[in-house]
Amino acid sequence: MSQDLDALYQEIILDHYKNPHGKGLRDAFEAEVHHVNPTCGDEITLRVHVDGGTVADVSYDALGCSISQASASVLYDLVVGKPVDEAMVIQEEFLQLMQGKGTVEPDEEVLEDGIAFAGVAKFPARVKCALLSWMAWKDATARALKEED
Amino acid sequence: MTQLTGLLPELEIVRKDFPILERTFDGDLPLVYLDSANTSQKPQIVIDAMVDHLERHNANIARAMHHLGAEATEAFENGRDTTARFIGAPDRDEVIFTKNASEALNLVANTLAWARPSTGSGTDLSIGEGDEVVITELEHHSNIVPWQLLTERKGAKLRWFGLTDDGQLDLSNIDELINERTKVVSLAWVSNMLGTILPIAAIARRAHQVGAVVVVDASQAAPQLPIDLAAMPVEERPDFLAFTGHKTVGPTGIGVLWGRRELLEQLPPFLGGGEMIATVRMEASTYAGIPHKFEAGTPPIAEAVGLGAALEYLAHIGLDAIHAHEQAITGYALRGLQTVKGLKVLGPLDPALRGGAISFELDGVHPHDVAQVLDSRGIAVRAGHHCAKPAHARFGVQASTRMSSYLYTTPGEIDALIEGLEYTRSYFKLD
Repeated sequence: MSQDLDALYQEIILDHYKNPHGKGLRDAFEAEVHHVNPTCGDEITLRVHVDGGTVADVSYDALGCSISQASASVLYDLVVGKPVDEAMVIQEEFLQLMQGKGTVEPDEEVLEDGIAFAGVAKFPARVKCALLSWMAWKDATARALKEED
Repeated sequence: MTQLTGLLPELEIVRKDFPILERTFDGDLPLVYLDSANTSQKPQIVIDAMVDHLERHNANIARAMHHLGAEATEAFENGRDTTARFIGAPDRDEVIFTKNASEALNLVANTLAWARPSTGSGTDLSIGEGDEVVITELEHHSNIVPWQLLTERKGAKLRWFGLTDDGQLDLSNIDELINERTKVVSLAWVSNMLGTILPIAAIARRAHQVGAVVVVDASQAAPQLPIDLAAMPVEERPDFLAFTGHKTVGPTGIGVLWGRRELLEQLPPFLGGGEMIATVRMEASTYAGIPHKFEAGTPPIAEAVGLGAALEYLAHIGLDAIHAHEQAITGYALRGLQTVKGLKVLGPLDPALRGGAISFELDGVHPHDVAQVLDSRGIAVRAGHHCAKPAHARFGVQASTRMSSYLYTTPGEIDALIEGLEYTRSYFKLD
């Protein structure tokens, strides 16, 4: 079982956990959401700033386990600076990886550090941890776009 | 193995009664089950009693006019008799079977919400504007939310006892908190998160002085403390007591509500349906006497048989002996946990003041990660808010890791936990 454990806690995940990228709430934003994982109590407040069809910033304040914290950090790296359409494709790809029960081969071109979460997909109880920030981002971005319209 | 005073003398034999304790993972990794406050494991005798019932005696109860119906009815009602003996109920008809402890507490909160103002001599159970319901900050969500719903619906006010820094109930304002406006005081006997044993006698005494009804959530108490309701002085005895079968080595799907006869008779029915009626006409119905008035529909029959076997099993070992065992293991665990660097126990540190659930924080590692690493070593604990978010908020933590022992827990399993926590620290590269 310790082999599985190493598959879950990849070095990349532990690095992001210890040094999260983009953490903290910043002022420029069009939408802010608060998502919780009711079964375990993990929480995230996440803000999205969209500028001219591009994800200009994602800022967040989160409480939770290493998986949920690292996932938010990777989300920040992957979507900030990307056109919203492209970021949504990445979100969908990450979602498919996490819901694939360990059968989906991750595409490093698209997911970069996100491929480290492939092992998490084999732990059904932890999939929600990895998805918390991504679902919050999708929700906030949809609201930010509505705001723009 | 470490010698501790208070351990069950036949611990190894007790362990053999629980087949699941033989489980291994990856071939040779033994199960270390430290999640009994979540649900307890089941002895063979409970499994056998339920299988035997389903194989040989299964029928619906109280309405089937045949041999099996009579046997099933007797088996179900025997479960009630055993349950009544287990808690020292003054009257066996005061024992109502529910789905779980949550349903038992909701039954009380809902029927109180529906109670009409008393016209006769009985206690006025109706709740309205200006009335108050008192709970505590350490309650399980199942003893918070039903009272929030009740007070919101009736325009009443929900108030609560706070906690001291060492996890005890803050009783400094008891006389102000429980006053002439108080209609209900509902509290846990033993906290599922902090482990604290609450002074229910003192609180019941004060509540009864002002005419309030006392509800005790005994979900964590019933497995480990001897309960003898009939032996309690009337002014210190709760008016209602709830617990669940699956934490007392019984099956899931069955809970228990004990209530004082006078109040149960005065309260309106909870759920309507079969078995809870005296007669039904299209215009209106009359209701059965207690306990059936509160048991609409086909009840959990096999579960009542299993619960009866479970409570007989615990009574046979003896709740005093089980409590002593829990205290010995809890004391040993508290000493061991405090040797782990960066570990902080939430709740009382004196095993005499607490039950067998110990929640803790490990600096630098989130509880989910602690639980995950322990699980990789076969050690089952719980991580999260344990359905006690306000109690966690009181101590400024979002989640914790909880180990909880029971009558089958050995000192060796506590040693495995401590080693597992040291391993967790090294896995997350803490100094």
